[in-house]
Amino acid sequence: MLKIDDIRSGSHLAGARLIRLIEDNEPSAIELLKSLYANTGKAFIIGITGSPGVGKSTLIDALIFQFRELSKKVAVIAVDPTSPYTGGAILGDRLRMQRHATDPDVFIRSMASRGQTGGLSRAAKDATTVLDAMGFDIIIIETVGAGQAQFDIASLAHCVGIVSIPSSGDGIQAVKAGILETGDIFIVNKSDTPDADLSFIELCGMLEMRQSREFLRTLPPGLPPKTDNGHPTWQPKVLKTIAQDGTGIKELTHTFLSYLDFMKKNNLLKSKQKTQEKLYFKTLLKDLILEKINGFMDESKYVETALNDIQLNITDPISAAQHVVNKTIGHKIKE
Amino acid sequence: MGVAKYIKDERGAIKEVTYQSGIKVKPAYGPEDLENKGFEYEKDLGAPGEYPFTRSIHPESYRSRAWTTRQYTGFGTPQETNERFKLMIKNGQNGLNVAFDLPTQMGYDSDHPLAQGEVGRVGMAIDSLKDFETAFAGIPLDKIGSGLTINGVATIMMAMYQATAEKFGYAKDKISTTPQNDILKEMIGRGAWIFPVEHGVRLVGDSIEYAVKELPRSNPVSICGYHIRESGATPAQEIAYAFAIAKAYIDNVMERDIDPSDFVGRFSFNFNVYGNMWEQIAKFRAARKLWARMLKEEYGVTDKKKLFLRGLFGGGGSGLTKEQPENNIMRGAYYALGAALSGAQTTALCSFDEAYTIPTPRSALLSLRTLEMLMDEVGLRDTVDPLAGSYFIETITLEMEEKIIEEMKEVEKWGGMVKSISNGFIQRKVSRQAYEFEKGMQAGVYKKVGVTPGGQRDQADGEDDTQKTDVELHEYNEDWAIKSKANLEELRRTRNDKKVKDSLAALEKAAKGSDNVMPHLVKCCHSYATVGEMAGVFRDVFGEWKEPEFY
Amino acid sequence: METKNKIRVLIAKPGLDGHDKGAKIVCLALRDAGFEVIYSGLHQSLDQIIRTATQEAVDVIGLSIMSGAHLPISEKLIAMMNKNGLGDIKLTVGGVIPNRDIPTLKEMGVAQVFPGGTSFDKITTGMKLLFK
Repeated sequence: MLKIDDIRSGSHLAGARLIRLIEDNEPSAIELLKSLYANTGKAFIIGITGSPGVGKSTLIDALIFQFRELSKKVAVIAVDPTSPYTGGAILGDRLRMQRHATDPDVFIRSMASRGQTGGLSRAAKDATTVLDAMGFDIIIIETVGAGQAQFDIASLAHCVGIVSIPSSGDGIQAVKAGILETGDIFIVNKSDTPDADLSFIELCGMLEMRQSREFLRTLPPGLPPKTDNGHPTWQPKVLKTIAQDGTGIKELTHTFLSYLDFMKKNNLLKSKQKTQEKLYFKTLLKDLILEKINGFMDESKYVETALNDIQLNITDPISAAQHVVNKTIGHKIKE
Repeated sequence: MGVAKYIKDERGAIKEVTYQSGIKVKPAYGPEDLENKGFEYEKDLGAPGEYPFTRSIHPESYRSRAWTTRQYTGFGTPQETNERFKLMIKNGQNGLNVAFDLPTQMGYDSDHPLAQGEVGRVGMAIDSLKDFETAFAGIPLDKIGSGLTINGVATIMMAMYQATAEKFGYAKDKISTTPQNDILKEMIGRGAWIFPVEHGVRLVGDSIEYAVKELPRSNPVSICGYHIRESGATPAQEIAYAFAIAKAYIDNVMERDIDPSDFVGRFSFNFNVYGNMWEQIAKFRAARKLWARMLKEEYGVTDKKKLFLRGLFGGGGSGLTKEQPENNIMRGAYYALGAALSGAQTTALCSFDEAYTIPTPRSALLSLRTLEMLMDEVGLRDTVDPLAGSYFIETITLEMEEKIIEEMKEVEKWGGMVKSISNGFIQRKVSRQAYEFEKGMQAGVYKKVGVTPGGQRDQADGEDDTQKTDVELHEYNEDWAIKSKANLEELRRTRNDKKVKDSLAALEKAAKGSDNVMPHLVKCCHSYATVGEMAGVFRDVFGEWKEPEFY
Repeated sequence: METKNKIRVLIAKPGLDGHDKGAKIVCLALRDAGFEVIYSGLHQSLDQIIRTATQEAVDVIGLSIMSGAHLPISEKLIAMMNKNGLGDIKLTVGGVIPNRDIPTLKEMGVAQVFPGGTSFDKITTGMKLLFK
């Protein structure tokens, strides 16, 4: 039914349906996904993260507008949490972006976290692959904070924007949540409210501390911070915005693009992508092996025998488990 | 649907009664209840017509004058609306309450793609001053006041009304109009918003300022707790949110160096009457008192007349049922009784067929007669505030006051009404309540006669109330749209384009700056600029609102 | 990982009518019944609804219409769904719908009609039944 050429030529219908198959873990998605990799690697993937209520969706709406002014094709994946009690979800992020719904060069897809609380599932990662292959220049992923999940935003996006709103003590929260380390661009939204300047200064101060920590790691002193391969690192930026009326969004857009330039010029994007691909690959391996073992445990006589043997004290549980794993991994995985 | 929660024992005796606002009702009340609450006659009630006006804003209330009735009227073309207006006036109605169709409410002309299928459907279609001239032809605008049920573009309709009056030779200081003009409640409930919150509030501020200076007999804003309640708010929240909205408008106008005493007397309110009758009565009595006290203590208003809580208290549509529609006739009569016992000065009653359709002439007239019966047959005009002094009523009035204050404090905590709406706090709270209430309704926790004997109210497919009973459906007529579009085309061909362009350019300049837009709108109306063109200027300058999440 | 058999629903408010209490509480009820619900927001053109349904790859479009314009809106939307390759998506209509219009809507191709007052249970099981 789904044709790979339709996806490559950017059909919203075909792309959306493939993402759905991926999300539902449909086996038919795998082959299509495999053949799309050759068409990927062109999109700039931006992560937008921050606590609920900081205005992420409104900010993304404004970003879409600015990127469209620059004639960029934009796709958005907006992740909302699945209710742990009912398995249902209301996906309301696109509510703020709905004015772009009829723009043929904008694609917005809401995604429920489906168990990946606070983070992203492999489906989100695979969805970016589809959108990349569809020819979008910019892919924005919106997600709530960090959490226990297969992927966090930093292992998926080329550039992570962390959104906060003015309130004293937010910076401390950021350090605690560990998000200070993952952000490339920090956005103080709703900056027309009191405490905006304070939050701005506080964030700048904390980033300076982060810089000096990194600086210490990259001795000898007195030189600009370097990474392992001798290139300068991106200095995180702090920007003030009022997403609601568009204040500061143009500057933010350019900051994202200048980040991309910087990373490309200094050959940093490639190495970042490599690290990310490595993680993705490891996850794939884990998933495949787990799937194998699960399937094996359900149907194999080895497991049944092992359990009996344990009960009859013929073997110990550790040896029995090792045996099962050896049998499983040794079993040929369908390629 | 606004009924209290009853807990009964196995024999069916009531053990516990809790009103929606959270008031628990005892089996009986006595003097000790008032004592416990520290009730004092002067402080808490006062004589009718005296501060804090708990009993009434007039010393003699209905004895001096029966209530004003204002049934919601208007559909189809201005021509047909005009005929309906005349019929209502002939039947004794002394004020008009004008309904507009959705394209007009949303600032679109009848030929806009989004207007398709909607022209004239839920109210009158207005494209230009021409239509207003037709709708109000032969209506004595110096004697009959008109409520204009419109919010997003209320400024435009107010300007239309003035321009029409001027065309007919009535001076602007002789006419009286009450545009609804409450944009914040649209953002909580009814959904006919257009511009972002702060621009919406600025337009309300402009119209109030203009009315203070130019339209002495008009009431520029009618704050609608009514729709907030229909969206799922409790009676206490209905009042609390309406007052918090009023504060947002007052603050905006005060920023223009206008003293609150110069305009708060022109505010009117639109509140809902359905559900438990006692809770409604307590609500209105507490509301009159709190409004007066707020204006006096927080805004330094001293003139007695400016402390009056004035408005339309009318029977709410949410109380009506689709099942057994004739029951709504009785239901409506009881709601009207509640309104009368609450001392409503102006009232309207939902028509029994409103769950299906916009009222037909027959049902609208029936509502009007119901209201008349209370005044002329049953004896509601005999004395002021007949329930005063009831241990029960006075106790729950004080409790209602506490509940309203609690809700207002929460809005303050969120940073005021504008912020609470921008961030979606109110919408979230209200829709969650509506959901919980509906769940309770379906589970049979709340009772609705003719609907929920056992919590089951689904009908088999194909079973048709409208055939079983004689509800007559108000038919939509495609001709309305065709006629409106033809008129619009004719207008665009014949009007003076330069005048239109110039007036719109001046409007744009005012909208971009801080000049009051009202005088410019009046000029635009006189030049026959269309509603879509004027609203289009605002759309370009202000942008459109993006609603927050509601869950 | 629980992923299969999730039903994705777009609850949409077509046209200019702003009465959204019903749409909102149905969103909440569907979520609580395990659906993934996308809410369109108010004042949507049919084109916006079609594109949203396309991008979100939903199984159901649930329209909420209170203005009385349910017949022309549904008819037009169904034609647009067919034209845009969404013929396999189920369409349901709720709101102020007189019973006499239900057969007409069903003939048009509306899968389920939920007039105001329909219980949550009937709506959620009704939607689930569409995929049995």
